[in-house]
Amino acid sequence: MSLLEVEGLTKHYPVTQGVLKREVSRVRAVDGIDFDVERGETVGIVGESGCGKSTAATSLLRIEEPTDGVVRFDGDDITDYGKADLKRFRRRAQMIFQNPKSSFDPRMSMGDSVAEPLKIHGMSDPNRRRAIVEDLLERVGLSADDADRYPHEFSGGQKQRIALARALSVNPDFIVADEPVSALDVSIKSEILSLMEDLQEQFDLAVLLISHDMGVVRQVCDRVNVMYLGEIVESGPTEEVFENPQHPYTAALMSSVPTPDPRKRGMGTELTGDVPSPSNPPEGCRFHTRCPAVIQPEGYDMDQSAWRNVVDLKTRLRNEGVDLEALAEQHAAETDDESTDPADYGTDELADMAREEFDIPAQLGDPGADDVLERALDSVATGDQDEAQALLDREFATVCEREEPPRQQIHDGRSSACHLDGETVGAVALSDD
Amino acid sequence: MSDTDDETEPRTGATTETDAGVRDGPDADSEPLLSISDLQVHFDTREGTVRAVDGVSFDVHPGEVVCVVGESGSGKTVTAESITQLIDMPPGRIAGGEVLFGGRDLTELSDKQLRSVRGSRIGHIFQNPQGALNPVYSVGWQIREAVRLHRDVSKEAAHEEAIDLLDRVGIPNAAERVDEYPHEFSGGMRQRVVIAMALAAQPDLLIADEPTTALDVTIQAQILRLLKEIQEEFDTAIVFITHDLGVVAEMADRVVVMYSGKVMERGDVYEVFERPAHPYTQALMRCLPGRGRTETTEAIGGSLPEPTDPPDGCRFHPRCSLAIEDCAVGQQPALEGVEFEDDSHVASCVFYQPGYDDTTVREQARDLSVGGADGTETHTDGDSAPDGVDSESAGADSVDAEAGGERR
Repeated sequence: MSLLEVEGLTKHYPVTQGVLKREVSRVRAVDGIDFDVERGETVGIVGESGCGKSTAATSLLRIEEPTDGVVRFDGDDITDYGKADLKRFRRRAQMIFQNPKSSFDPRMSMGDSVAEPLKIHGMSDPNRRRAIVEDLLERVGLSADDADRYPHEFSGGQKQRIALARALSVNPDFIVADEPVSALDVSIKSEILSLMEDLQEQFDLAVLLISHDMGVVRQVCDRVNVMYLGEIVESGPTEEVFENPQHPYTAALMSSVPTPDPRKRGMGTELTGDVPSPSNPPEGCRFHTRCPAVIQPEGYDMDQSAWRNVVDLKTRLRNEGVDLEALAEQHAAETDDESTDPADYGTDELADMAREEFDIPAQLGDPGADDVLERALDSVATGDQDEAQALLDREFATVCEREEPPRQQIHDGRSSACHLDGETVGAVALSDD
Repeated sequence: MSDTDDETEPRTGATTETDAGVRDGPDADSEPLLSISDLQVHFDTREGTVRAVDGVSFDVHPGEVVCVVGESGSGKTVTAESITQLIDMPPGRIAGGEVLFGGRDLTELSDKQLRSVRGSRIGHIFQNPQGALNPVYSVGWQIREAVRLHRDVSKEAAHEEAIDLLDRVGIPNAAERVDEYPHEFSGGMRQRVVIAMALAAQPDLLIADEPTTALDVTIQAQILRLLKEIQEEFDTAIVFITHDLGVVAEMADRVVVMYSGKVMERGDVYEVFERPAHPYTQALMRCLPGRGRTETTEAIGGSLPEPTDPPDGCRFHPRCSLAIEDCAVGQQPALEGVEFEDDSHVASCVFYQPGYDDTTVREQARDLSVGGADGTETHTDGDSAPDGVDSESAGADSVDAEAGGERR
């Protein structure tokens, strides 16, 4: 049995309106994630800001109440816990935060800060508390005397050491570390990480590490879960996931990290666009609006990058639509043409402007597809965007937009949620440009 | 206090033939666009004078990307902000040195003269795009302002230019979004807006201070590519401040490594990454996973020196694994050529001074060269022959260094 088992963990924030607090929509910060953490193991959750990784951490510790899902700690479902049980659970599960500056009370000596969890959890003898604090400070590489000093006397790295000491004071089994080294300099970063590894061994801790930093995750995690827009898209042993990513998002994420080697410049896959809003995540696969490997419609064989841009057009038509006035205005800004009124331009001209806006090449690499796109762009240019959207949806239907990809088991402990199989992902990720 | 003479530069003027092979892209023989020499920036605080920048020198040639890399407190941001005197004065003051830009010493200019340089010939991009934009005006309004402040054009023309700039920095649907307000843009898009504003005056030099640090990696990759495109398209020189060696490798033509207000090492990007000469640079590289012979990283240990009371001798010596007694006395060692007598790759370390045994420090450099990791990183697309990477003169060092394959 794993120490921590998370099943279908969900956290939605309602967006309300008016005095009656009517719910108008919800931000799906975490939308049904499953993972587990074994005793003594370090598991990472990696993803970009807004993917829900921090919310996952706070809701599994019930710092925020999860909307749904089961969190089993040592076999017990902690989502059922009452106040007393929860307090007992929190002694065994501690958290470390990103910013060591704001996680200490500036008017409390470091010793008092480190001893505070002990006090809360019922150790009333100050001498014993003091002895534990001094021992812990030495274990994290500081001296016992530091207990009497105040937060401003310490550097960021030292504060993070003390934060570790504080988390360890109640002898927990499990630590959630939310971006523990993101605020630190490189030279300090690896120091804190190796300290964490040492302590983990000494105390036989399970650690859940939340980070956006691929390097950090790779350095310390045994297994990793990659999150995108509230969902886990891929998980597995860290080295395997990094060496051979099965999900296009993982592949793109890995290759976005600049390699410290000037001879490998610009070799990464570039993701276009921004992360969509979690209050209105895309249908089907949530990554399809940015995915470089988005699957082509059946019966067509376009250049992948051209197809990617066509999907951008489709996405725009589905959401805000293409603004012809803006196109004309932009055209006027870029060329000598004066008019910003779309009525002054012919259908062909407007269609070309739309094509240019989405960087769609003149030829898609498939004559049949060219024909469909041309008709769609003509509809856009004549203002009949519904028709354009219907046509594209009918002709250029892709499974990525329609169906949510199931999480596929690749082998025991390794899974990925993509309609493509792994080999194709690797090929697409490498064939960029 | 003769801080001024601790950086005697072996400037040989024309670059030597061996050196010419190292350069690519920007013309190293041209007149520098920006030339900082022996810059001293001090802050008077209650605890004493902080020599945030203590004798920093480097040149930026037209169209070149120079990365200034260092940890927090190294003085990299103060250096960048001192170029156009964006630092608060007082408590800050430029205590010495010159900043030559287009033949004029910027440290001598009046406020009014400086304003005509700032934003027009030198553009700024900051770490936090939120702070650089005014929340109550539309982004179009702000770019129009930037355009009209520096060029005499009509409102309509400025508006068109704003749309064009937004489109050029990769904002989709630019003509519509030009009327939106900063809060309606995502972090990455906001940084694009800031870049568009900086480009409005068509500057010769962009100073980018950690422009991608607040962004996610996928967005960082987009912004880095955009800056690269701008540099190539407009031949804009960029001074790029960062703490991230990955970003340096991606962007730089030349690198300046700073520590505690001093330049530790300076040189061509390939030189610095393949033969990191200064023990500090070497230590930074060892903090990165996948460098050197082992996969493990190694922490530097210790902490940055007290800014009001830096150690004597080399600022890095208390944390340096190679430090000898001589490191702890006198001034920061002068920058000496690592391979050649010229300015192409210099380090401020006692071992490169005449009369010291540089075997160990050079061995460490060799171990850290990218190709040095046993077979782990060497398989780029190695078919292309390494073209003339000054290997002849470097001797044994080059064997490892070249395995990486093609140039760009």
